[in-house]
Amino acid sequence: MSSAQFVQYLVSGITSGSIYALVGLGFTIIYAVTRIINFAQGEFVMLGGLVSFILIHSAGIPLVPALILSIIITAAVGAIMYLFAIRLAKKASVVSLIIITIGAAIFIRGIVGQELTKEFIRLPSFSGEESISFLGAYIAPQALWIIGIMVVVTIILHLFLTYTMVGKALKACAINPIASSLVGINPKTMALIAFVLASALGAIGGVVLAPLTPISYNAGVMLGLKGFVAAAIGGFKSPVAAVFGGLLLGIVESLAVAANWGPFTSAYKDAIALIVLLLILLFRSGKLAEEERAG
Amino acid sequence: MLTRLKSNWSYLAIAALFVFLILIPFDWFLGQYTTLMIFVGIYTIVTVGLCMLMGYTGQVSLGQAAFFGTGAYISAILSKTYGVNPWLAMFIAAAMTGAFAYIIGYPIFRLKGNYLAMATLGLGLIMWILFVQLRQFTGGPDGMSGIPYLSIGGFVFSTSLKRYFLVWFFCLAVLLISQNIVRSRMGRALRAIHGSEAAAESLGINVTQFKVKILVLSAVYASLAGSLLVYNITVVNPQTFDFLASVKLVVMAVIGGLASIWGAIFGAGATRILSDELLLRFGEWDVIVYGLILVLVMIFMPEGLFVKLKEVFERLRLRFRQKGAEP
Repeated sequence: MSSAQFVQYLVSGITSGSIYALVGLGFTIIYAVTRIINFAQGEFVMLGGLVSFILIHSAGIPLVPALILSIIITAAVGAIMYLFAIRLAKKASVVSLIIITIGAAIFIRGIVGQELTKEFIRLPSFSGEESISFLGAYIAPQALWIIGIMVVVTIILHLFLTYTMVGKALKACAINPIASSLVGINPKTMALIAFVLASALGAIGGVVLAPLTPISYNAGVMLGLKGFVAAAIGGFKSPVAAVFGGLLLGIVESLAVAANWGPFTSAYKDAIALIVLLLILLFRSGKLAEEERAG
Repeated sequence: MLTRLKSNWSYLAIAALFVFLILIPFDWFLGQYTTLMIFVGIYTIVTVGLCMLMGYTGQVSLGQAAFFGTGAYISAILSKTYGVNPWLAMFIAAAMTGAFAYIIGYPIFRLKGNYLAMATLGLGLIMWILFVQLRQFTGGPDGMSGIPYLSIGGFVFSTSLKRYFLVWFFCLAVLLISQNIVRSRMGRALRAIHGSEAAAESLGINVTQFKVKILVLSAVYASLAGSLLVYNITVVNPQTFDFLASVKLVVMAVIGGLASIWGAIFGAGATRILSDELLLRFGEWDVIVYGLILVLVMIFMPEGLFVKLKEVFERLRLRFRQKGAEP
């Protein structure tokens, strides 16, 4: 592999890794605050992309307002999902909660497939289609948008969690819900905020991804799984760790395809992420079980 | 006295079920639904395995369609491509799928709850990718066709009536075997594991070993059902075993009641009727309805729709008896 090719694959890995990072952030926030793994997380990415497409093509709204509106709509879906599915299941077991979030996921996917579109959709790029030459590699400007927006979002999220009152309350609730409710933090409100944040983050991933890769109503499962891998690499602890997990997964995936070694051709690209998932889970199983007991 | 009566009632219910099942294929009864009932039987077999895994041991599987598909594809490939006798192919498929479940069982059951669910989801997707990508064996996205029917001597299971009785023979056998397992020492051990793993372990129950045994059992059931499926429709394609298929299996288990063996028929039946009869003409509304069912059943009756109905029936019956006993 020439160095230009290497750079090419590295950048494409970082680009998809940025999307996984955004999904992984969502998993991490919801898990930290509520101890729930939201199996519908990938659907938010799909929603972000498809809703903006519909807003642009059916409602004729210009690109930027459509993207913002789409993120707001998706965040509202996240809030509805929490209020009408998660909160109603008061003392549900882990198994019940898994089934509830899976149910919500296929419900969202079904509605989108049935009522919006079943086609693969692609949004216009934010700033033209002309590739930029960089160290011998050709990079789509949208890839830079994806990486840049992910970095900005991560920084804003970090500042939000560290310096604002709501952010600190979220953190407190993640560390100890009972103690934080003693000082006047309502864990239910915090859970709602976590779902809204996570769905908005997913939608941001969707709107930046859709100009680069066409997505369809059933893209959610795979995106969700990869975001989960990102969060699992980060240990569901800190948002920054989830971001690095996502980038790592993206790079591993891209370089494994690039190596074209043995069975790992591009047809098995998704399988690579799944193998990483199984390895991570098994490798960390002792630690994860410990946390589960503590949580 | 009450338990005695209760068990008499359940024998009566099973007898009624037998009569009902025998009558179904007659034209004056529900003859036009014979084909539908074949699918109900096949899916009941998978669902029973899933119920035992999820309801009795409390372990989630979001990749049960992988075992279903493995059984289907091994049977299809052996009997179509290599000309192996279908019965032998069915047996080999079950043995291989069981062995596969045994191998993955020990590492995977180091995980619990959410992580176990994700791992099974991942495994299911890996198998699905293999079904699609191993073109030279599986025929890729288009799948395979021209798979032979099962036959005994010169008797070929070529009509849907013959296959109906074949499938339900297997289905009832699986249900009775499962019922016996649940009522045995092993069943009590499984319920103990569901209650508290630490407590079960302290009583000398080898928790992981029991979980793996049930996983293997559920995989063998799924493989058997997969074989029966391909020998029924004589075609196989990967869409039957994708992520949504695994979720639909969970829906069947949830409707039937996770910890209920006979509820599996109800769950598989309700779901197939919903998919094949009621909602087919409305496009893919079934997925939306399944999503709603999963959420609503888990919120309002986590023990399952069938179990809830049974409970209501029991209560009504008791009230009726009390009234009757008063002078």
